[in-house]
Amino acid sequence: MLKNRIIPCLDVKNGRVVKGINFVDLKDAGDPVEQAKIYSDGGADEICFLDITASNENRDTIYDVVKRTSKKCFVPLTVGGGIRSIEDINKLLNCGADKVSINTAAVKNSKVVLDSSKKFGSQCIVVAIDAKKKGDKWEVFTHGGRNNSGIDALEYAKKMEENGAGELLVTSMDRDGTQIGYDVELMNKIASKVNIPLIASGGVGNLDHLVDGIKLGNASAVLAASIFHYGKHSVKEAKEYLDSKGIPVRI
Amino acid sequence: MKVTIVDYNSGNISSVINSFEEVAKDKVNIEVTSDLEKIKTSDKLVLPGQGSFKSCVDALNKIDGLTETLNEFAINNKKPLLGICVGLQMFADVGYEETETNGLGWISGKVSKIDNQNGKFKLPHIGWNQINIVKKSKIFQNIENNSHMYFVHSYEFVPNDESVIVATTDYCSNIVCSVEKENIFGTQFHPEKSDKIGLKIIDNFINL
Repeated sequence: MLKNRIIPCLDVKNGRVVKGINFVDLKDAGDPVEQAKIYSDGGADEICFLDITASNENRDTIYDVVKRTSKKCFVPLTVGGGIRSIEDINKLLNCGADKVSINTAAVKNSKVVLDSSKKFGSQCIVVAIDAKKKGDKWEVFTHGGRNNSGIDALEYAKKMEENGAGELLVTSMDRDGTQIGYDVELMNKIASKVNIPLIASGGVGNLDHLVDGIKLGNASAVLAASIFHYGKHSVKEAKEYLDSKGIPVRI
Repeated sequence: MKVTIVDYNSGNISSVINSFEEVAKDKVNIEVTSDLEKIKTSDKLVLPGQGSFKSCVDALNKIDGLTETLNEFAINNKKPLLGICVGLQMFADVGYEETETNGLGWISGKVSKIDNQNGKFKLPHIGWNQINIVKKSKIFQNIENNSHMYFVHSYEFVPNDESVIVATTDYCSNIVCSVEKENIFGTQFHPEKSDKIGLKIIDNFINL
């Protein structure tokens, strides 16, 4: 039976982890490679890096991080943030990323998704959708949630599937950072609309939220950042909890 | 000993390289090349493959003499070869992704789209699934039945002769996820992404 996945996400800025696990025995708590290794040793089904480096001159730092991580972690590694072109994707994959997640660039020009999935295969193209509720609809936001594209999130999700996306990473901008749980209504609406797997993101504050993301949101995988930081919960605890709620996980 | 990962522009093979280097350490020489002479003198070959069946077969054919060299290695000389994902699928006679395309024809059968029962199951089949080992294989030595492996695919290999099937996985139906025919081995899942248990399979292959 296929298992639901738990994906811890690390925000990386200028090659350093912004938040993270604050374990005393870490040699370098800011090193994304060490943190990723802790997650994968703890049973993370995949690892996700979100590069939030703002300045262009420091953008190359992520390549070094990916290169070093992929030599130590042998679970799938997804990298997102600031990906603009086929060339950016190519570079990340060559450094050892298994998938890339494309956000703003896909909204600006959906051909990026079409071309990259043809060139590299759908299996490595994740389209990240940042959505915000407006009335009874959701709209797609870009640039880390700053700009409203006005595009309907459900239609956009369908279009990205048709363009060759292998998975959708859906983040509710209303919930992101709130720790009050995923927008399961949004997740469920998109998951029912498309045939590709959905990764739920944004708003996790406790382990029950992960359960809701899968049971109510119909997500194939759940992504979370802060609940795994500072040792609040380990990936192992999360999996055991999901297992106790009858959700199939890899233990 | 020299193990060669065949680099024929089949998509992203960094993870395959990293995992083999991790397992081989300094004991075994891992080479990544499309050079025919280097392939011929290898002891073992790894045939990765990402993207579509057609794109991988096209990429193989683009390199002059590569298919013949692979045939000589695996069929005539019977040296060990491991196909991963589309690398395994290409063992078949024919594949139906994008358009009907001939495979290497090493293990009789076809590669067709997983029947997801009218959308009841998501495709691609992405994530960790358990394998059901149906036949003893050297590459599954010390691998427990029902171990989890990492999968990413929408197409499945359907061999004509069921005796080549080493393991299956349950998604929509029983999908063939590993085959063995004499010196030819294949996994539909990605051992290079299947954590320690996946690395053990790679180790088993290297130690054949």
